[in-house]
Amino acid sequence: MEILVCVKRVPDTSENEIEVNSDGTDIERDDLVYSVNEWDNYAVEEAIQIKDKVGGSVTVVTVGDQESEEVLRREMAMGADNGILLEDDAFEGSDGKGIATILKAAVEKGKYDLILTGAQADDGAAQVGGMLAALLDLPYASLVNSIEIIDDKKLKVGREIEGGNQEMNEIEMPCVLSIQTGINEPRYVGIRGIRKVASVEIPTHGASDLGLGADMVGAGAAKAKRLDYFVPELGEGAEMLEGTTEEKIAKLIELLKAKGGIK
Amino acid sequence: MAQFFAYIVHKNGVADDSALELINAAKKIDPSAAVTAIVTGSGGDLDKVAGEVAASYPEVWKIDNADLAYPNAEVVRKALINNLPADAVLLMPHDTFGMDLAPGLSIKLDSAFVSDVADFEGVDGTDIKVIRQEFSGQVSTHVNCDMSNGAVITVRPGVFQPDESKSAGGKVVDKDAGDVSAKRKYLEVVVAEVGDVDITKSEILVSVGRGIEDQDNLEIIHELAEAMGADVSCSRPIVDAKWLEKSRQVGTSGLTVKPKVYLALGISGSFQHMGGIKGNPFIVAINKNPKAPIFQMADVGIEEDILEFVPELTEAINEAK
Ligand SMILES: Cc1cc2nc3c(=O)[nH]c(=O)nc-3n(C[C@H](O)[C@H](O)[C@H](O)COP(=O)(O)OP(=O)(O)OC[C@H]3O[C@@H](n4cnc5c(N)ncnc54)[C@H](O)[C@@H]3O)c2cc1C
Ligand SMILES: Nc1ncnc2c1ncn2[C@@H]1O[C@H](COP(=O)(O)O)[C@@H](O)[C@H]1O
Repeated sequence: MEILVCVKRVPDTSENEIEVNSDGTDIERDDLVYSVNEWDNYAVEEAIQIKDKVGGSVTVVTVGDQESEEVLRREMAMGADNGILLEDDAFEGSDGKGIATILKAAVEKGKYDLILTGAQADDGAAQVGGMLAALLDLPYASLVNSIEIIDDKKLKVGREIEGGNQEMNEIEMPCVLSIQTGINEPRYVGIRGIRKVASVEIPTHGASDLGLGADMVGAGAAKAKRLDYFVPELGEGAEMLEGTTEEKIAKLIELLKAKGGIK
Repeated sequence: MAQFFAYIVHKNGVADDSALELINAAKKIDPSAAVTAIVTGSGGDLDKVAGEVAASYPEVWKIDNADLAYPNAEVVRKALINNLPADAVLLMPHDTFGMDLAPGLSIKLDSAFVSDVADFEGVDGTDIKVIRQEFSGQVSTHVNCDMSNGAVITVRPGVFQPDESKSAGGKVVDKDAGDVSAKRKYLEVVVAEVGDVDITKSEILVSVGRGIEDQDNLEIIHELAEAMGADVSCSRPIVDAKWLEKSRQVGTSGLTVKPKVYLALGISGSFQHMGGIKGNPFIVAINKNPKAPIFQMADVGIEEDILEFVPELTEAINEAK
């Protein structure tokens, strides 16, 4: 099975305090720790597991800048066979449809049976997978947490829905699936693995290679445009306990007792 | 002005809470909006929902088709494309169904798309200004959405007040689904397994998140829970890592809990997590990041490293006994 996985390099939100820069045009990007989007890492692991079962290849693709190469290499160290970087100044300011349009052009340069994305990335939009499928006119299922191969034309996929219930579907290939975390246990990638793929050639394609005009991608084509970043004033928030650790503990125990929090 | 629609999610003949929230969401965009509700499904359950919703919406489009009996997004999408006008502004909840349906629908309608909207700041011509969050709720953004060719908008569940007035006295209009053939077939829903401890009944929950860093560290959480007479619950990453059972997960894709006291340890406070906490409990958050969104939602906050703080807290509770 030929599998393409869309991956994105994102700031790691569990490692970083995200702050808005002084004029609100961006977040402070110096000193941020970046990694592959959590959901995408599960998607790559799933693709590798499918390949190990039925053969074929796994390609990882990203729309980003030169630095995004590092996440392609990381996923190749995991076991993806090929990486593709889609990079062009013309891509800047793309909205979800713009990113999906760029990815679609890359999909059409190959021949894939299965295309995986993460369920969502750093801006929490959860849009690119569904858009890509619609642009390609392929069937789509989101929040997939199990994949079973029925035959070379069909998959049985589980979607995670409310309450942890699972919605089972049969879907025809080629198709696009967005992957939910927890579908598998992504393997560990060591420094050694990354060194092994350090010199592998990663092809880069720009707008003209992909046949994309300025009216299709970038800020000019975007119907949804981010205007600024800000930190909202959300009322008072929590009462923060101050003082030494002992003082905080004493105060907390007192509060918990009053609220029935200690039996 | 564009025509507003609200897609009504429903189950077992009852509309989801979002049905009434979408009215106020639309009114925030345009106070004079006359919103048309769309319900898709089949048979008696659908009739029931259409009737229920007509109390709140002036017009309800009812699309009845056997293939729509279960809301398979690929099938519903076709029914909507076959019925919506070109400049429709369609609102729906940002839940597991909205995430499945909305992005692809916007492409097929060639309209703008914006998801998980937390607020609207009104309309300027054909532009809507929305507020949404990024980076797990750590920062917010204003997004301008050009709806000159319509828009599909998913709205964060629970942020808009429900419109309880139920004074619309609306009419139900039958619409034809049209061709709804799809390459994805719904099979069944597999219901989540019940765990050893039923956290939905717990009065005191000690809930642990990714901040615990390592499976071995969970020991300190169990010890604290024992000292407090509490049960242990968790956020999603702990379940994804298989450190605790799925039946311990609080949130929209886990369980809904209604304790008296909720202690959130190393949990950032994503809306999917907080969406599983009901009944207005006393929430204490302990987190080493003073900017963690959970501090906006908790009653009491403590900026500390849980790995150091929790063992000391446990000791102090045991001593005080
Ligand atoms: C469709 C969908 C459904 C979802 N359903 C759920 C759900 O049901 N339940 C759920 O929980 N999530 C759910 N999620 C995931 C959700 O979006 C978040 O990713 C998740 O809740 C984050 O969990 P967390 O707060 O534990 O981790 P993070 O967001 O990574 O936060 C970890 C926190 O710990 C703090 N921390 C780190 N180390 C320490 C330390 N030593 N001491 C103190 N604090 C520390 C950090 O500052 C941070 O605030 C869902 C997502 C999707 C897309
Ligand atoms: N710049 C990008 N390059 C490659 N894939 C992307 C990019 N942005 C988003 N995706 C894919 O789309 C998924 C959903 O992202 P989003 O719609 O931005 O929340 C991600 O998990 C990725 O698989």
